[in-house]
Amino acid sequence: MLERRKAIATLLAKRPDDLLIVSGLGSTTYDVASVGDDDRNFYLWGAMGGAAMVGLGVALARPDRRVAVITGDGETLMGLGALATVAVQQPPNLAMVVFDNGLYGETGSQASHARDTVDLAKAAAACGIGLTIEITDEAGLARLAAQLATFTQTLFARVAITPTEPPRVLPTRDGVALKLRFRKAVGV
Amino acid sequence: MTTSEPAWPDRLFAVLKAADVRQVGYVPDAGHARLIELCAADPAIRDVVLTTEEEGIALAAGASLGGQRAALLMQSSGVGNCINMLSLIKSCRFPLVLIVTMRGEWAEFNPWQVPMGSMVEPVLRLADVLCYRLDHAEDVPEVATAAVDLAFSGEVAVALLLSQRLIGRKVWVK
Repeated sequence: MLERRKAIATLLAKRPDDLLIVSGLGSTTYDVASVGDDDRNFYLWGAMGGAAMVGLGVALARPDRRVAVITGDGETLMGLGALATVAVQQPPNLAMVVFDNGLYGETGSQASHARDTVDLAKAAAACGIGLTIEITDEAGLARLAAQLATFTQTLFARVAITPTEPPRVLPTRDGVALKLRFRKAVGV
Repeated sequence: MTTSEPAWPDRLFAVLKAADVRQVGYVPDAGHARLIELCAADPAIRDVVLTTEEEGIALAAGASLGGQRAALLMQSSGVGNCINMLSLIKSCRFPLVLIVTMRGEWAEFNPWQVPMGSMVEPVLRLADVLCYRLDHAEDVPEVATAAVDLAFSGEVAVALLLSQRLIGRKVWVK
């Protein structure tokens, strides 16, 4: 298993210019911000269960860019149907990266369905997402980091992380500001 | 209305095309069947079938971030599934176009449709979604164009409520 902040740092160490990021509310928003704030990041501060679909909307609108949705197991579980919706569309430029610690870190570390029961990578595969990856070590993470620059089919990666709660890194919570700077960064 | 005039779904489709809507999310619905068919057949429109309506709210936000216009088609019961996700639209001031086929009102045969149908308008207003109700097919082009233009030029959320009277009770007869 991987420590979340080391994992995000490895994933985004050589972030490709064309990679846009949508982060799920809570810990993954802080993780993405911890690597350095960036206009190409759209952080969700709410709308739980919506990260994958925001990513799908961006990916369909911008086939010239790659989009990574970086979110947690709890956020993914709240919008599990989105895996089916994404699979039907099969956008070649959308990756979902799920940091799975099997718990709801924001609310007191209660167990999530993914801890002992639900296998999210298998769920994604069962929905029809063609490329699903399980990542449990540094080598796998390095491969995923490279893939974020080259993938050409819908990708779902479950990254097994340890249940730590590192200090929060809080980007702006102003949704309008986040929207406007993201659009500007992608040339809208 | 004479038979040579387009039906209301065709008129709505023309409004969406004129506004350059490129993504249409929907949960399948009998009242929207014709409009879904028109969108799916248009190569310039990406039709996105959803498992629940709230997915569409997030889809529309993403489309707007990427510079495309989206519209969502749903039944009145689906509005209830959207409530928390509408906070995304309000918090970021995204444009939103909902086209809602109403149930639970005019000549409804299923009482289970009444609770949600009767609260669609107040609930959407509370969520800061402007509602435009359509009862007559001849009003569709003007009202829909006004609502869609407002949504995209002003970055506000609008809902076109297609009344059960407009859709007609025969749609529901097998």
